[in-house]
Amino acid sequence: MTLPQLFFAYFATAMTTLSLLVVTRKNPVHSVMWMLVLFIHIAGLYLFLNAEFLAAIQIIVYAGAILVLFLFVIMMLNLRKEETVKKYQAQWPLGAGIGIILAVFLVSILGKITVLPALGKYSIEAIKSEGSMMTIGKVLYTEYLLPFEVASIVLLVAIIGAVVLAKKRIE
Amino acid sequence: MVPLSWYIVLSAVMFSIGVFGFLARRNLLIIFISIELMLNSVNISLVAFSHYLQSMRGQILVFFVITVAAAEAAIGLAILIAYYKNNPTIKVDEINLLKG
Repeated sequence: MTLPQLFFAYFATAMTTLSLLVVTRKNPVHSVMWMLVLFIHIAGLYLFLNAEFLAAIQIIVYAGAILVLFLFVIMMLNLRKEETVKKYQAQWPLGAGIGIILAVFLVSILGKITVLPALGKYSIEAIKSEGSMMTIGKVLYTEYLLPFEVASIVLLVAIIGAVVLAKKRIE
Repeated sequence: MVPLSWYIVLSAVMFSIGVFGFLARRNLLIIFISIELMLNSVNISLVAFSHYLQSMRGQILVFFVITVAAAEAAIGLAILIAYYKNNPTIKVDEINLLKG
């Protein structure tokens, strides 16, 4: 095994274990903390794949914003009594079966990808000559300008929706 | 060099674990976390394809997935809090007001 393969092997085992920990912990705070470690690993994998911008976004948005949001909600709910009861639903073997079948199915199909489309123009040398941020910015603000604007509307709707849903009802 | 299929297999395994968490857990918060887990596993495969096909589309798509995930988490947790005010439980098998 070469060094990149060893590196990937570590990340794959760590991420699978962390995912299992996230979905099996009883206390939601522990789940969120394992999720934080998982997100940092995912950011490391992005760096490995030459996606520096996405690695930074992964840390800032996921670990910095979304997980903090989860922690705040856990703090606002009174979960003390929920921790003592059973953590799985009655039909959990069905869920486990579906998960295993899906994993076998996806791995047996997707693991055998051999035919790939033609390579694009963004080779590592092309990105290196311009800088990663500049390349992604150029694509984002020209080819994907309309989706970018729609994303801003989605975020606006999310802000207004969250405020309207969570505010106290005024009689 | 790490083959592309390794990344895809890792992504598939993580996605399946997320599906298991979504279907099996009773705690609504952990169900939301499982959704985030599934979105992240898809992001890994998108970035891997983007790198191996030397195209930027995968990375742009991940950017939008993260945006939508942030919006989804905010709205979902707001709905959760609004529900919890009326009926203080977050166990999905006890959320049955529409059952009649």
